[in-house]
Amino acid sequence: MLQDVIEAGNGDMIVNVGPQHPATHGVLHLVITIHGETIKKVEPHLGYIHRSIEKMCESLTYRQFIYVTSRMDYLSSHINNHACALLTEKALQIEVPERAQYIRVIMDELTRLASHQLWWGAMAMDIGALTPFFLAFREREMINDIMEETCGARLTMNYMVPGGVMFDIHPNFVQKVKEFNAHFKQKIDEYDELLTGNIIFQNRMKGVGVLSKEDAISFGCTGPTARASGVSCDIRKLFPYEVYDKVSFKECMATEGDSFARYVVRLEEMKESMRIIDQLIDNIPEGEIQGKTKAVLKPPKGEFYTRVETARGELGVYVVSEGATTPYRIKFRSPGFSNLSALDHIARGQKLGDLVAMMGTLDLVIPDIDR
Amino acid sequence: MFSLENITNLVSTWLYANLDPTWALVVQFVIVGVLVISLFSILGLVLIMMERRVAAWMQLRLGPNRVGPRGYFQTVADTLKLIVKEGMTPDGADKFLFNLAPFIVMIVSMVIMAPLMFAKGFQIWDVNIGVFFITAVSSVSVIGILMAGWASNNKYSLLGAMRSGAQIVSYELSAGLAILTIVVFSGSLQVSTIVESQADGWWLLKGHVPAVISFVIFIIAVTAETNRAPFDLAEAESELTAGFHTEYSGMKFALFFLAEYVNIFVVCAVGATLYLGGWMPFHIGNWTSFNQVMDYIPSSAWFFGKTFFLIFVIMWFRWTFPRLRIDQLLNLEWKYLLPISLFNLLLATVIAIMGLHF
Repeated sequence: MLQDVIEAGNGDMIVNVGPQHPATHGVLHLVITIHGETIKKVEPHLGYIHRSIEKMCESLTYRQFIYVTSRMDYLSSHINNHACALLTEKALQIEVPERAQYIRVIMDELTRLASHQLWWGAMAMDIGALTPFFLAFREREMINDIMEETCGARLTMNYMVPGGVMFDIHPNFVQKVKEFNAHFKQKIDEYDELLTGNIIFQNRMKGVGVLSKEDAISFGCTGPTARASGVSCDIRKLFPYEVYDKVSFKECMATEGDSFARYVVRLEEMKESMRIIDQLIDNIPEGEIQGKTKAVLKPPKGEFYTRVETARGELGVYVVSEGATTPYRIKFRSPGFSNLSALDHIARGQKLGDLVAMMGTLDLVIPDIDR
Repeated sequence: MFSLENITNLVSTWLYANLDPTWALVVQFVIVGVLVISLFSILGLVLIMMERRVAAWMQLRLGPNRVGPRGYFQTVADTLKLIVKEGMTPDGADKFLFNLAPFIVMIVSMVIMAPLMFAKGFQIWDVNIGVFFITAVSSVSVIGILMAGWASNNKYSLLGAMRSGAQIVSYELSAGLAILTIVVFSGSLQVSTIVESQADGWWLLKGHVPAVISFVIFIIAVTAETNRAPFDLAEAESELTAGFHTEYSGMKFALFFLAEYVNIFVVCAVGATLYLGGWMPFHIGNWTSFNQVMDYIPSSAWFFGKTFFLIFVIMWFRWTFPRLRIDQLLNLEWKYLLPISLFNLLLATVIAIMGLHF
């Protein structure tokens, strides 16, 4: 070990963070060069959880490949499924009944809430506060219960089908979602009390890992990471899908671009998600839950692209169709990959302890990066 | 009234009456050694259980509840597991230092117990420089930590040890200066005299501003000195996996773990002795009947009650605060705590010289 440092000549030390490391929340491998406590370089090594989901999708039909994508960004599996369902609908011009659209959006927002709650807890744990994790899971558990009742699963819900949703909502769904919303509206202040106002937390977060607007654009960052740097990139606002154009919500933005801005944007986003759910939950129209589709889906020849806003940013699905029952070529543009690419840039010159805080606020989900 | 003093005096007189003085001393050493070792292990078990219960209470969980009645044997089971586990020494480690380090850390936290006054007349060694002895010996533990970090031949351990060295050495200053404030007031370094000086009121409650300031500084400094959150940078699990004891397993790890908890006990006991009157019961001015009721509570109960209250406060810190960064940690010490405690000591000295303290 000492030999390495001597050979480097300038006192630099190379440390492998991961693939098994408590702060990377998965099998991310960062090779970091540090000088004392100061980071000089961060080099992410990917591929430890690569399952070639894109290739797998190419051998599955348009009805089947949706469900593989649940395993990409497992924290927003609903939204991943949604993107794929939207693509098939776009290619075949399937009308989605209004009831299904409402349900889809409510489910998306619940997923976003659950994902942000987990992020909040895990990020707090990264910077050394252990209690927030349990508070976050208290609320997330309620969402999981709602999902379990309606979709039959808690994490990889597999609820979307081309043309609508798989089942109708459970009779308790509306009431339970309302209960959750009322509960979480009170509890989100607790989040602020415990963490946001804490002086140690603010010192750890403010002015750390600053990502400028230009850099956010050039690294292709999306989602709350880019919005915290002042880039307006909410797909729900810019390219509304389903009923997002009928609900009023704010695109949460900040201009500082530091870790604290990313934190605040995500907290605000949780409040906006609750507003969206509030507007929709009372007005779910009666009617069909699935549009009319053929038994075998064969999109016409051509190229199709859809995008949705996941909890982490923009998820794009690009499909080349040869007119067969399976996609000829499929490619996902995952938000985590682009957001991770900014890590080296924002981490240079910061302290080792800040690295985990920055990784926490970038909200990295490793299966989403590797696919 | 029940007092441990009677028992210790009885044993001492009996020994000196029946044995010649050298052997009586040897027997006393053995008794004290056994007592300290058993206190060490019992404290480890109790404090770890307490930490888990406090954590569970703050985190909306139940905590340990499987082994034994309400999970009270969980720590016993954990200890058994650690004893039978293989204590590995990694390749490339400096084997001698690697195996020596946990013992240094543990011995320090045992030796530090000597001048503590656990109850009225129940003290191992009433040395006239008691408080100084505690501060002096407790700084040795950093050598054990640095040794562990260096000998592990692991970069995480090295970083953790470096952090720990910087941290403990800095915060010792504040802790020492905070202790000196009380020493100035009570006019003695001897633990028993310091406790006696609080017979008519605890230093924290007597209304001296420097005493209150130094209490706050003391609590912050000892939290840092024992490597507890929010100052647990030496073993920051999300940054350095486990810091200086990353490579340790089995009983060697357990010794570090036990030493951490016993250190917490010791520093809280010192805090209770200096600021909260040690074994002195709580008295209010002229309320004779109230004071008499308070006198009926055994002195050991007072001492342990105060100590465990401080331990609870330190645990409370751990489960609510995020961790500081290394530069913020050192800034806090060198830019804020040290100047404040120096000024505070000066103020205390002026008060003491002018005879304004009571």
